[in-house]
Amino acid sequence: MRNIAVIAKREIASYFATPLAYIFIVIFLALTGAFAFYVGGFFIREQADLEPFFVYHPWLYLMLIPAVAMRLWAEERKTGTIEVLMTLPVTTTEAVLGKYLAAWGFSGIALALTFPMWITVNVLGSPDNGVITASYIGSFLMAGAFLAIGSCISSLTKNQVIAFIVAATVCFLFTLSGLELVLNFFRAWAPELLIRTIASMSFLTHFTAVTKGVIEFRDLIFFASLIVFWLFANVVAVDFRKAA
Amino acid sequence: MPEMIVLKDLTKRFGPLVAVDNVSLTVGIGEVLGFLGPNGAGKSTTMRMITGFIEPTSGTAEVCGHDVVRDPVAVKRRIGYLPEGAPTYGDMTPESYLGFIAEIRGFDGADKRRRINEVAAKVELGEVMCQPIETLSKGFKRRVGLAQAMIHDPDILIMDEPTDGLDPNQKHQVRSLIREMAVNKAIVVSTHILEEVEAVCSRAVIIARGRLLADGTPEELVARASNHNAVVIAVDAAHAETARRHLESLSSVKAVDSIGLSDGVARLRVMPRNAGLIAADIGELARAKNIPVREMFVERGALDEVFRAITTGSPGSRAGAADA
Repeated sequence: MRNIAVIAKREIASYFATPLAYIFIVIFLALTGAFAFYVGGFFIREQADLEPFFVYHPWLYLMLIPAVAMRLWAEERKTGTIEVLMTLPVTTTEAVLGKYLAAWGFSGIALALTFPMWITVNVLGSPDNGVITASYIGSFLMAGAFLAIGSCISSLTKNQVIAFIVAATVCFLFTLSGLELVLNFFRAWAPELLIRTIASMSFLTHFTAVTKGVIEFRDLIFFASLIVFWLFANVVAVDFRKAA
Repeated sequence: MPEMIVLKDLTKRFGPLVAVDNVSLTVGIGEVLGFLGPNGAGKSTTMRMITGFIEPTSGTAEVCGHDVVRDPVAVKRRIGYLPEGAPTYGDMTPESYLGFIAEIRGFDGADKRRRINEVAAKVELGEVMCQPIETLSKGFKRRVGLAQAMIHDPDILIMDEPTDGLDPNQKHQVRSLIREMAVNKAIVVSTHILEEVEAVCSRAVIIARGRLLADGTPEELVARASNHNAVVIAVDAAHAETARRHLESLSSVKAVDSIGLSDGVARLRVMPRNAGLIAADIGELARAKNIPVREMFVERGALDEVFRAITTGSPGSRAGAADA
Protein backbone atom coordinates (compact mmCIF):
# COMPACT_ATOMS: atom_id res chain seq x y z
CA MET A 1 0.00 0.00 0.00
CA ARG A 2 2.79 2.37 0.94
CA ASN A 3 4.53 1.85 -2.39
CA ILE A 4 1.31 2.53 -4.28
CA ALA A 5 0.89 5.78 -2.37
CA VAL A 6 4.50 6.86 -2.99
CA ILE A 7 4.22 6.17 -6.72
CA ALA A 8 0.85 7.91 -6.95
CA LYS A 9 2.23 10.93 -5.11
CA ARG A 10 5.16 11.24 -7.49
CA GLU A 11 2.89 10.87 -10.48
CA ILE A 12 0.41 13.50 -9.31
CA ALA A 13 3.27 15.89 -8.54
CA SER A 14 4.57 15.43 -12.07
CA TYR A 15 1.18 16.43 -13.53
CA PHE A 16 1.44 19.71 -11.71
CA ALA A 17 5.15 20.19 -12.42
CA THR A 18 4.25 20.80 -16.06
CA PRO A 19 1.47 22.94 -17.56
CA LEU A 20 -0.37 19.71 -18.43
CA ALA A 21 -2.51 19.68 -15.31
CA TYR A 22 -3.58 23.31 -15.59
CA ILE A 23 -4.31 23.11 -19.30
CA PHE A 24 -6.35 19.97 -18.82
CA ILE A 25 -8.38 21.40 -15.97
CA VAL A 26 -9.06 24.70 -17.72
CA ILE A 27 -10.12 23.03 -20.95
CA PHE A 28 -12.23 20.47 -19.14
CA LEU A 29 -14.06 23.16 -17.18
CA ALA A 30 -14.48 25.39 -20.23
CA LEU A 31 -15.84 22.57 -22.37
CA THR A 32 -18.19 21.10 -19.77
CA GLY A 33 -19.55 24.62 -19.26
CA ALA A 34 -19.80 25.40 -22.95
CA PHE A 35 -21.60 22.17 -23.76
CA ALA A 36 -24.00 22.54 -20.87
CA PHE A 37 -24.92 26.17 -21.61
CA TYR A 38 -24.81 26.37 -25.40
CA VAL A 39 -25.40 22.88 -26.71
CA GLY A 40 -27.33 21.42 -23.82
CA GLY A 41 -29.53 24.49 -23.37
CA PHE A 42 -29.01 24.68 -19.63
CA PHE A 43 -31.17 27.83 -19.25
CA ILE A 44 -33.60 27.28 -22.08
CA ARG A 45 -34.86 24.04 -20.55
CA GLU A 46 -35.90 25.95 -17.45
CA GLN A 47 -35.30 22.94 -15.29
CA ALA A 48 -33.17 22.90 -12.19
CA ASP A 49 -31.04 19.88 -12.95
CA LEU A 50 -27.60 19.06 -14.33
CA GLU A 51 -28.62 16.70 -17.08
CA PRO A 52 -27.40 18.96 -19.91
CA PHE A 53 -24.10 19.11 -18.05
CA PHE A 54 -23.55 15.39 -17.52
CA VAL A 55 -24.89 14.23 -20.84
CA TYR A 56 -21.76 15.43 -22.66
CA HIS A 57 -19.27 13.90 -20.25
CA PRO A 58 -18.76 10.67 -22.22
CA TRP A 59 -17.88 12.72 -25.31
CA LEU A 60 -15.51 14.99 -23.45
CA TYR A 61 -13.83 12.06 -21.76
CA LEU A 62 -13.44 10.41 -25.11
CA MET A 63 -11.07 13.16 -26.13
CA LEU A 64 -9.56 14.27 -22.82
CA ILE A 65 -9.01 11.07 -20.85
CA PRO A 66 -6.81 9.33 -23.44
CA ALA A 67 -4.72 12.51 -23.35
CA VAL A 68 -4.16 12.06 -19.61
CA ALA A 69 -3.57 8.32 -19.91
CA MET A 70 -1.27 8.33 -22.94
CA ARG A 71 1.82 9.38 -21.03
CA LEU A 72 1.41 7.01 -18.07
CA TRP A 73 3.62 4.23 -19.45
CA ALA A 74 4.59 5.32 -22.95
CA GLU A 75 6.67 8.16 -21.53
CA GLU A 76 8.41 5.88 -19.02
CA ARG A 77 9.30 3.53 -21.82
CA LYS A 78 10.44 6.31 -24.12
CA THR A 79 12.75 7.93 -21.59
CA GLY A 80 13.93 4.66 -20.08
CA THR A 81 12.79 5.57 -16.58
CA ILE A 82 10.74 2.38 -16.60
CA GLU A 83 14.04 0.60 -16.02
CA VAL A 84 14.58 2.61 -12.85
CA LEU A 85 10.99 2.20 -11.69
CA MET A 86 10.83 -1.54 -12.30
CA THR A 87 14.16 -2.22 -10.59
CA LEU A 88 13.02 -0.45 -7.43
CA PRO A 89 11.60 -2.80 -4.80
CA VAL A 90 8.01 -2.54 -6.03
CA THR A 91 5.81 -5.09 -7.77
CA THR A 92 4.36 -4.44 -11.21
CA THR A 93 0.87 -4.36 -9.70
CA GLU A 94 1.91 -1.65 -7.25
CA ALA A 95 3.41 0.42 -10.04
CA VAL A 96 0.34 0.02 -12.27
CA LEU A 97 -2.07 0.87 -9.44
CA GLY A 98 0.00 3.81 -8.22
CA LYS A 99 0.09 5.40 -11.64
CA TYR A 100 -3.54 4.62 -12.37
CA LEU A 101 -4.80 6.00 -9.06
CA ALA A 102 -2.80 9.18 -9.62
CA ALA A 103 -4.43 9.69 -13.01
CA TRP A 104 -7.87 8.85 -11.66
CA GLY A 105 -7.37 11.15 -8.70
CA PHE A 106 -6.33 13.87 -11.09
CA SER A 107 -9.43 13.46 -13.24
CA GLY A 108 -11.41 13.46 -9.99
CA ILE A 109 -9.92 16.85 -9.12
CA ALA A 110 -10.96 18.21 -12.52
CA LEU A 111 -14.45 16.82 -12.07
CA ALA A 112 -14.74 18.20 -8.53
CA LEU A 113 -13.84 21.67 -9.81
CA THR A 114 -17.13 21.74 -11.72
CA PHE A 115 -18.86 22.33 -8.37
CA PRO A 116 -19.98 25.87 -9.33
CA MET A 117 -22.45 24.20 -11.70
CA TRP A 118 -23.96 22.37 -8.77
CA ILE A 119 -24.14 25.54 -6.71
CA THR A 120 -25.71 27.40 -9.62
CA VAL A 121 -28.63 24.98 -10.02
CA ASN A 122 -29.19 25.07 -6.29
CA VAL A 123 -29.32 28.84 -6.35
CA LEU A 124 -31.64 28.94 -9.34
CA GLY A 125 -34.04 26.27 -8.18
CA SER A 126 -34.32 23.15 -6.13
CA PRO A 127 -32.81 20.24 -8.05
CA ASP A 128 -32.79 16.62 -6.96
CA ASN A 129 -29.37 16.56 -5.33
CA GLY A 130 -29.50 12.77 -5.08
CA VAL A 131 -29.60 12.52 -8.85
CA ILE A 132 -26.69 14.95 -9.12
CA THR A 133 -24.62 12.99 -6.59
CA ALA A 134 -25.30 9.78 -8.47
CA SER A 135 -24.36 11.47 -11.73
CA TYR A 136 -21.07 12.66 -10.28
CA ILE A 137 -20.29 9.15 -9.06
CA GLY A 138 -21.22 7.73 -12.46
CA SER A 139 -19.08 10.28 -14.26
CA PHE A 140 -16.13 9.55 -12.00
CA LEU A 141 -16.49 5.80 -12.53
CA MET A 142 -16.70 6.27 -16.26
CA ALA A 143 -13.54 8.38 -16.20
CA GLY A 144 -11.90 5.54 -14.28
CA ALA A 145 -12.89 3.02 -16.93
CA PHE A 146 -11.62 5.23 -19.75
CA LEU A 147 -8.36 5.69 -17.84
CA ALA A 148 -7.86 1.97 -17.26
CA ILE A 149 -8.20 1.41 -21.02
CA GLY A 150 -5.83 4.29 -21.74
CA SER A 151 -3.27 3.16 -19.18
CA CYS A 152 -3.17 -0.36 -20.57
CA ILE A 153 -2.78 0.84 -24.14
CA SER A 154 -0.11 3.32 -23.07
CA SER A 155 1.97 0.43 -21.77
CA LEU A 156 1.99 -1.22 -25.19
CA THR A 157 3.86 1.54 -27.00
CA LYS A 158 6.66 4.03 -26.59
CA ASN A 159 4.81 6.52 -28.73
CA GLN A 160 2.33 8.75 -26.93
CA VAL A 161 0.52 9.75 -30.10
CA ILE A 162 -0.16 6.12 -30.95
CA ALA A 163 -1.26 5.53 -27.36
CA PHE A 164 -3.69 8.45 -27.64
CA ILE A 165 -5.23 7.44 -30.95
CA VAL A 166 -5.63 3.77 -30.12
CA ALA A 167 -7.00 4.49 -26.65
CA ALA A 168 -9.46 7.04 -28.03
CA THR A 169 -10.64 4.54 -30.63
CA VAL A 170 -11.14 1.75 -28.11
CA CYS A 171 -12.97 4.14 -25.78
CA PHE A 172 -15.09 5.28 -28.72
CA LEU A 173 -16.15 1.70 -29.43
CA PHE A 174 -17.01 1.11 -25.79
CA THR A 175 -18.99 4.33 -25.64
CA LEU A 176 -20.99 3.69 -28.78
CA SER A 177 -21.59 -0.01 -28.57
CA GLY A 178 -25.11 0.52 -27.23
CA LEU A 179 -26.29 2.75 -30.07
CA GLU A 180 -28.61 1.42 -32.75
CA LEU A 181 -26.11 2.58 -35.33
CA VAL A 182 -23.60 0.03 -34.10
CA LEU A 183 -26.05 -2.68 -33.12
CA ASN A 184 -27.78 -2.63 -36.53
CA PHE A 185 -24.48 -3.44 -38.09
CA PHE A 186 -24.31 -6.64 -36.03
CA ARG A 187 -28.03 -7.43 -36.15
CA ALA A 188 -27.84 -8.51 -39.76
CA TRP A 189 -25.68 -11.50 -39.02
CA ALA A 190 -24.73 -11.90 -35.35
CA PRO A 191 -26.64 -14.05 -32.86
CA GLU A 192 -28.86 -12.31 -30.35
CA LEU A 193 -26.57 -13.20 -27.46
CA LEU A 194 -23.60 -11.43 -29.03
CA ILE A 195 -25.68 -8.36 -29.73
CA ARG A 196 -26.88 -8.25 -26.16
CA THR A 197 -23.29 -8.62 -24.97
CA ILE A 198 -22.11 -5.79 -27.19
CA ALA A 199 -24.99 -3.60 -26.12
CA SER A 200 -24.28 -4.29 -22.46
CA MET A 201 -20.70 -3.11 -22.91
CA SER A 202 -21.83 0.39 -23.70
CA PHE A 203 -20.54 3.13 -21.44
CA LEU A 204 -23.36 5.32 -22.65
CA THR A 205 -26.07 2.88 -21.58
CA HIS A 206 -24.60 2.39 -18.13
CA PHE A 207 -23.76 6.04 -17.62
CA THR A 208 -27.21 7.20 -18.70
CA ALA A 209 -28.74 4.72 -16.28
CA VAL A 210 -26.71 6.17 -13.43
CA THR A 211 -27.49 9.79 -14.33
CA LYS A 212 -31.17 9.03 -13.97
CA GLY A 213 -30.38 8.90 -10.28
CA VAL A 214 -30.52 5.17 -9.83
CA ILE A 215 -27.17 3.65 -8.97
CA GLU A 216 -27.81 0.06 -9.80
CA PHE A 217 -25.56 -2.69 -8.67
CA ARG A 218 -24.99 -3.98 -12.18
CA ASP A 219 -23.82 -0.56 -13.39
CA LEU A 220 -21.27 -0.41 -10.59
CA ILE A 221 -20.19 -3.96 -11.33
CA PHE A 222 -19.87 -3.06 -14.99
CA PHE A 223 -17.49 -0.19 -14.44
CA ALA A 224 -15.58 -1.93 -11.64
CA SER A 225 -15.02 -5.12 -13.61
CA LEU A 226 -14.00 -3.15 -16.67
CA ILE A 227 -11.42 -1.27 -14.62
CA VAL A 228 -10.11 -4.46 -13.03
CA PHE A 229 -9.89 -6.21 -16.38
CA TRP A 230 -7.97 -3.44 -18.12
CA LEU A 231 -5.62 -2.92 -15.19
CA PHE A 232 -4.91 -6.62 -15.08
CA ALA A 233 -4.11 -6.48 -18.80
CA ASN A 234 -1.96 -3.47 -18.01
CA VAL A 235 0.11 -5.43 -15.46
CA VAL A 236 0.59 -8.26 -17.93
CA ALA A 237 1.55 -5.82 -20.68
CA VAL A 238 4.11 -4.04 -18.50
CA ASP A 239 5.64 -7.36 -17.46
CA PHE A 240 5.98 -8.58 -20.99
CA ARG A 241 6.84 -5.44 -22.86
CA LYS A 242 8.81 -3.31 -20.42
CA ALA A 243 12.16 -4.11 -21.96
CA ALA A 244 11.05 -4.14 -25.59
CA MET B 1 34.81 -13.48 0.45
CA PRO B 2 31.01 -13.90 0.65
CA GLU B 3 29.43 -14.37 -2.73
CA MET B 4 26.83 -11.71 -3.40
CA ILE B 5 25.94 -12.42 -7.01
CA VAL B 6 25.84 -15.94 -8.37
CA LEU B 7 24.93 -16.53 -12.00
CA LYS B 8 24.45 -20.07 -13.26
CA ASP B 9 24.09 -20.79 -16.97
CA LEU B 10 22.23 -17.55 -17.41
CA THR B 11 20.69 -17.37 -20.88
CA LYS B 12 18.45 -14.85 -22.59
CA ARG B 13 16.95 -15.28 -26.03
CA PHE B 14 15.02 -12.65 -27.93
CA GLY B 15 13.37 -14.73 -30.59
CA PRO B 16 16.13 -16.31 -32.63
CA LEU B 17 18.76 -14.00 -31.15
CA VAL B 18 20.77 -15.34 -28.24
CA ALA B 19 21.66 -12.19 -26.31
CA VAL B 20 23.25 -13.92 -23.35
CA ASP B 21 24.54 -17.45 -23.74
CA ASN B 22 25.17 -19.64 -20.69
CA VAL B 23 26.95 -17.11 -18.53
CA SER B 24 28.11 -18.33 -15.13
CA LEU B 25 30.02 -16.19 -12.68
CA THR B 26 30.15 -15.02 -9.09
CA VAL B 27 30.92 -11.66 -7.59
CA GLY B 28 31.94 -11.17 -3.97
CA ILE B 29 32.13 -8.30 -1.49
CA GLY B 30 35.12 -6.07 -2.11
CA GLU B 31 35.23 -6.86 -5.79
CA VAL B 32 34.79 -4.41 -8.63
CA LEU B 33 33.93 -6.53 -11.62
CA GLY B 34 34.26 -4.95 -15.05
CA PHE B 35 32.00 -6.19 -17.81
CA LEU B 36 33.92 -5.66 -20.99
CA GLY B 37 32.59 -6.19 -24.43
CA PRO B 38 31.73 -4.59 -27.73
CA ASN B 39 28.36 -2.91 -28.14
CA GLY B 40 25.58 -5.46 -28.32
CA ALA B 41 27.66 -8.12 -26.59
CA GLY B 42 25.04 -8.79 -23.93
CA LYS B 43 26.42 -6.69 -21.08
CA SER B 44 23.26 -4.67 -20.50
CA THR B 45 21.03 -7.71 -20.92
CA THR B 46 23.02 -9.57 -18.26
CA MET B 47 22.75 -6.61 -15.90
CA ARG B 48 19.03 -6.32 -16.55
CA MET B 49 18.60 -9.95 -15.58
CA ILE B 50 20.61 -9.55 -12.37
CA THR B 51 18.53 -6.52 -11.39
CA GLY B 52 15.26 -8.28 -12.16
CA PHE B 53 14.23 -5.97 -14.98
CA ILE B 54 13.94 -8.84 -17.45
CA GLU B 55 13.57 -12.53 -16.77
CA PRO B 56 16.15 -15.03 -17.99
CA THR B 57 15.08 -17.58 -20.61
CA SER B 58 16.95 -20.22 -18.65
CA GLY B 59 19.53 -20.46 -15.92
CA THR B 60 19.42 -18.69 -12.58
CA ALA B 61 20.67 -15.50 -11.01
CA GLU B 62 20.92 -15.24 -7.24
CA VAL B 63 21.57 -12.05 -5.34
CA CYS B 64 22.40 -12.37 -1.64
CA GLY B 65 20.83 -15.81 -1.73
CA HIS B 66 17.55 -14.61 -3.27
CA ASP B 67 16.52 -15.93 -6.65
CA VAL B 68 15.82 -13.08 -9.05
CA VAL B 69 12.76 -14.70 -10.61
CA ARG B 70 11.19 -16.09 -7.46
CA ASP B 71 11.84 -13.19 -5.11
CA PRO B 72 12.47 -10.12 -7.26
CA VAL B 73 11.51 -7.54 -4.64
CA ALA B 74 14.02 -8.91 -2.10
CA VAL B 75 16.71 -8.77 -4.76
CA LYS B 76 15.78 -5.24 -5.81
CA ARG B 77 15.98 -4.12 -2.20
CA ARG B 78 19.64 -5.14 -1.98
CA ILE B 79 20.74 -3.70 -5.30
CA GLY B 80 21.51 -0.19 -6.43
CA TYR B 81 21.22 0.03 -10.20
CA LEU B 82 22.24 2.69 -12.66
CA PRO B 83 20.71 1.78 -16.02
CA GLU B 84 22.43 2.66 -19.28
CA GLY B 85 22.19 6.39 -19.98
CA ALA B 86 21.12 7.09 -16.38
CA PRO B 87 17.43 7.77 -17.09
CA THR B 88 15.67 10.08 -14.63
CA TYR B 89 12.34 11.89 -14.48
CA GLY B 90 13.27 15.13 -16.22
CA ASP B 91 10.45 17.22 -14.80
CA MET B 92 11.51 16.52 -11.22
CA THR B 93 14.30 18.22 -9.31
CA PRO B 94 17.14 16.10 -7.88
CA GLU B 95 15.66 16.94 -4.49
CA SER B 96 12.20 15.55 -5.25
CA TYR B 97 13.54 12.67 -7.35
CA LEU B 98 15.86 11.45 -4.60
CA GLY B 99 13.01 11.96 -2.13
CA PHE B 100 10.84 9.65 -4.21
CA ILE B 101 13.56 6.99 -4.44
CA ALA B 102 14.24 7.23 -0.69
CA GLU B 103 10.55 6.80 0.12
CA ILE B 104 10.20 3.80 -2.17
CA ARG B 105 13.28 2.36 -0.48
CA GLY B 106 11.48 2.73 2.84
CA PHE B 107 13.06 5.80 4.41
CA ASP B 108 11.00 8.44 6.15
CA GLY B 109 11.29 11.77 7.90
CA ALA B 110 14.70 12.61 9.34
CA ASP B 111 16.28 9.41 8.04
CA LYS B 112 15.16 10.23 4.51
CA ARG B 113 16.45 13.80 4.82
CA ARG B 114 19.82 12.59 6.11
CA ARG B 115 20.24 10.06 3.29
CA ILE B 116 19.37 12.59 0.60
CA ASN B 117 21.87 15.08 2.03
CA GLU B 118 24.58 12.47 2.40
CA VAL B 119 24.26 11.10 -1.09
CA ALA B 120 23.94 14.57 -2.61
CA ALA B 121 27.17 15.56 -0.87
CA LYS B 122 28.90 12.40 -2.06
CA VAL B 123 28.15 13.02 -5.73
CA GLU B 124 28.39 16.81 -5.30
CA LEU B 125 24.92 17.84 -6.38
CA GLY B 126 24.79 20.76 -3.97
CA GLU B 127 23.96 23.74 -6.12
CA VAL B 128 21.53 22.04 -8.50
CA MET B 129 19.29 20.26 -6.00
CA CYS B 130 16.31 22.47 -6.78
CA GLN B 131 16.58 22.72 -10.59
CA PRO B 132 14.54 20.49 -12.88
CA ILE B 133 16.74 17.56 -13.93
CA GLU B 134 16.04 18.13 -17.62
CA THR B 135 17.81 21.51 -17.42
CA LEU B 136 21.01 20.01 -15.96
CA SER B 137 24.20 19.18 -17.82
CA LYS B 138 24.98 15.60 -18.75
CA GLY B 139 27.49 15.30 -15.91
CA PHE B 140 24.95 16.38 -13.32
CA LYS B 141 22.28 14.09 -14.78
CA ARG B 142 24.67 11.18 -14.48
CA ARG B 143 25.40 12.14 -10.89
CA VAL B 144 21.69 12.23 -10.10
CA GLY B 145 21.49 8.71 -11.51
CA LEU B 146 24.41 7.61 -9.35
CA ALA B 147 22.84 9.16 -6.28
CA GLN B 148 19.66 7.25 -7.05
CA ALA B 149 21.61 3.99 -7.11
CA MET B 150 23.53 4.73 -3.92
CA ILE B 151 20.93 6.32 -1.67
CA HIS B 152 20.17 3.16 0.32
CA ASP B 153 23.85 2.22 0.66
CA PRO B 154 23.30 -1.12 -1.09
CA ASP B 155 25.58 -4.12 -0.75
CA ILE B 156 25.49 -4.53 -4.47
CA LEU B 157 25.94 -1.79 -6.99
CA ILE B 158 25.36 -2.39 -10.67
CA MET B 159 26.24 0.36 -13.10
CA ASP B 160 25.78 0.22 -16.84
CA GLU B 161 28.40 2.43 -18.47
CA PRO B 162 28.61 4.90 -15.58
CA THR B 163 31.16 7.16 -17.26
CA ASP B 164 29.80 7.06 -20.81
CA GLY B 165 29.63 10.54 -22.30
CA LEU B 166 31.31 12.32 -19.40
CA ASP B 167 34.28 14.62 -19.78
CA PRO B 168 37.69 13.46 -18.47
CA ASN B 169 37.31 15.26 -15.14
CA GLN B 170 33.88 13.82 -14.55
CA LYS B 171 35.12 10.36 -15.50
CA HIS B 172 37.90 10.69 -12.98
CA GLN B 173 35.40 11.73 -10.32
CA VAL B 174 33.07 8.81 -10.96
CA ARG B 175 35.96 6.37 -10.93
CA SER B 176 37.25 7.69 -7.61
CA LEU B 177 33.74 7.31 -6.24
CA ILE B 178 33.58 3.69 -7.38
CA ARG B 179 36.99 2.90 -5.89
CA GLU B 180 35.97 4.47 -2.58
CA MET B 181 32.81 2.42 -2.36
CA ALA B 182 34.45 -0.82 -3.41
CA VAL B 183 35.67 -1.71 0.08
CA ASN B 184 32.44 -3.12 1.44
CA LYS B 185 30.34 -3.69 -1.65
CA ALA B 186 30.16 -5.96 -4.63
CA ILE B 187 30.24 -3.70 -7.66
CA VAL B 188 29.61 -4.56 -11.30
CA VAL B 189 30.49 -1.95 -13.91
CA SER B 190 30.05 -2.35 -17.64
CA THR B 191 32.16 -0.40 -20.03
CA HIS B 192 33.83 -0.48 -23.38
CA ILE B 193 36.52 1.92 -22.26
CA LEU B 194 39.51 -0.28 -21.54
CA GLU B 195 41.50 2.21 -19.50
CA GLU B 196 38.58 2.27 -17.11
CA VAL B 197 39.02 -1.40 -16.37
CA GLU B 198 42.62 -0.89 -15.36
CA ALA B 199 41.65 2.20 -13.38
CA VAL B 200 38.83 0.79 -11.25
CA CYS B 201 38.29 -2.94 -11.64
CA SER B 202 39.77 -5.64 -9.48
CA ARG B 203 38.54 -8.23 -11.95
CA ALA B 204 37.29 -8.16 -15.51
CA VAL B 205 35.28 -10.45 -17.71
CA ILE B 206 35.13 -10.13 -21.46
CA ILE B 207 31.78 -10.80 -23.11
CA ALA B 208 31.15 -11.03 -26.83
CA ARG B 209 28.11 -12.33 -28.69
CA GLY B 210 26.57 -13.23 -25.34
CA ARG B 211 29.39 -15.52 -24.27
CA LEU B 212 31.79 -15.07 -21.42
CA LEU B 213 35.19 -15.38 -23.08
CA ALA B 214 37.70 -14.40 -20.44
CA ASP B 215 37.78 -13.80 -16.71
CA GLY B 216 40.71 -12.49 -14.69
CA THR B 217 42.37 -9.49 -13.09
CA PRO B 218 43.25 -6.68 -15.51
CA GLU B 219 46.91 -7.71 -15.13
CA GLU B 220 46.13 -11.27 -16.09
CA LEU B 221 44.25 -10.09 -19.14
CA VAL B 222 47.06 -7.79 -20.19
CA ALA B 223 49.45 -10.73 -19.83
CA ARG B 224 47.62 -12.34 -22.71
CA ALA B 225 48.79 -9.67 -25.13
CA SER B 226 51.15 -11.04 -27.79
CA ASN B 227 53.80 -8.49 -26.90
CA HIS B 228 53.51 -8.86 -23.12
CA ASN B 229 57.02 -8.64 -21.60
CA ALA B 230 58.59 -8.15 -25.00
CA VAL B 231 61.71 -5.97 -24.90
CA VAL B 232 62.33 -3.25 -27.41
CA ILE B 233 65.95 -2.19 -27.87
CA ALA B 234 67.49 0.48 -30.05
CA VAL B 235 70.97 -0.01 -31.47
CA ASP B 236 73.03 1.70 -34.17
CA ALA B 237 72.03 0.41 -37.57
CA ALA B 238 75.58 -0.88 -38.08
CA HIS B 239 75.19 -3.24 -35.13
CA ALA B 240 71.67 -4.32 -35.92
CA GLU B 241 72.50 -7.56 -37.70
CA THR B 242 75.01 -8.70 -35.07
CA ALA B 243 72.61 -7.85 -32.29
CA ARG B 244 69.81 -9.76 -33.96
CA ARG B 245 72.00 -12.86 -34.43
CA HIS B 246 73.15 -12.86 -30.80
CA LEU B 247 69.69 -12.24 -29.45
CA GLU B 248 68.21 -15.07 -31.45
CA SER B 249 70.74 -17.41 -29.93
CA LEU B 250 69.42 -16.74 -26.42
CA SER B 251 67.37 -19.67 -25.11
CA SER B 252 64.78 -17.39 -23.45
CA VAL B 253 64.08 -15.55 -26.70
CA LYS B 254 61.42 -16.74 -29.11
CA ALA B 255 61.85 -14.28 -31.95
CA VAL B 256 63.37 -10.97 -32.88
CA ASP B 257 61.48 -8.56 -35.12
CA SER B 258 62.84 -5.45 -36.67
CA ILE B 259 60.29 -2.72 -36.04
CA GLY B 260 61.94 0.32 -37.56
CA LEU B 261 64.95 2.19 -38.73
CA SER B 262 65.35 5.93 -38.36
CA ASP B 263 68.32 8.29 -38.17
CA GLY B 264 70.72 5.39 -38.27
CA VAL B 265 69.07 3.74 -35.25
CA ALA B 266 67.41 0.33 -35.59
CA ARG B 267 64.70 -0.83 -33.25
CA LEU B 268 64.25 -4.49 -32.50
CA ARG B 269 61.42 -6.13 -30.61
CA VAL B 270 62.58 -9.18 -28.76
CA MET B 271 59.77 -11.60 -28.03
CA PRO B 272 60.27 -13.78 -24.98
CA ARG B 273 59.46 -17.45 -24.80
CA ASN B 274 56.38 -18.05 -22.58
CA ALA B 275 56.16 -14.35 -21.77
CA GLY B 276 59.21 -14.67 -19.51
CA LEU B 277 61.28 -11.77 -18.24
CA ILE B 278 64.21 -11.31 -20.57
CA ALA B 279 65.48 -7.80 -19.90
CA ALA B 280 68.29 -9.03 -17.64
CA ASP B 281 69.46 -11.64 -20.19
CA ILE B 282 69.52 -9.04 -22.91
CA GLY B 283 71.46 -6.58 -20.78
CA GLU B 284 74.05 -9.22 -19.97
CA LEU B 285 74.33 -10.23 -23.61
CA ALA B 286 74.80 -6.64 -24.71
CA ARG B 287 77.63 -6.16 -22.25
CA ALA B 288 79.29 -9.48 -23.06
CA LYS B 289 79.14 -8.97 -26.84
CA ASN B 290 79.84 -5.27 -26.56
CA ILE B 291 76.74 -4.09 -28.38
CA PRO B 292 76.04 -0.41 -27.63
CA VAL B 293 72.36 -0.27 -26.65
CA ARG B 294 70.90 3.20 -26.96
CA GLU B 295 67.54 2.57 -25.47
CA MET B 296 65.71 -0.37 -23.95
CA PHE B 297 62.27 -0.88 -22.46
CA VAL B 298 59.84 -3.65 -21.57
CA GLU B 299 56.40 -3.66 -23.20
CA ARG B 300 53.44 -4.51 -20.99
CA GLY B 301 51.03 -5.18 -23.79
CA ALA B 302 47.80 -3.34 -24.40
CA LEU B 303 44.42 -4.37 -23.13
CA ASP B 304 42.86 -3.22 -26.40
CA GLU B 305 44.86 -5.77 -28.28
CA VAL B 306 43.77 -8.55 -25.94
CA PHE B 307 40.20 -7.29 -26.14
CA ARG B 308 40.24 -7.23 -29.94
CA ALA B 309 41.85 -10.63 -30.17
CA ILE B 310 39.34 -12.20 -27.79
CA THR B 311 36.19 -10.53 -29.03
CA THR B 312 36.88 -10.95 -32.73
CA GLY B 313 38.36 -14.40 -32.25
CA SER B 314 41.38 -13.48 -34.38
CA PRO B 315 44.77 -15.09 -33.83
CA GLY B 316 47.89 -13.13 -33.06
CA SER B 317 47.55 -13.29 -29.32
CA ARG B 318 48.04 -15.97 -26.77
CA ALA B 319 44.53 -15.31 -25.51
CA GLY B 320 43.13 -18.51 -26.94
CA ALA B 321 45.93 -20.65 -25.60
CA ALA B 322 45.70 -19.32 -22.08
CA ASP B 323 41.93 -19.54 -21.96
CA ALA B 324 40.91 -22.37 -19.71
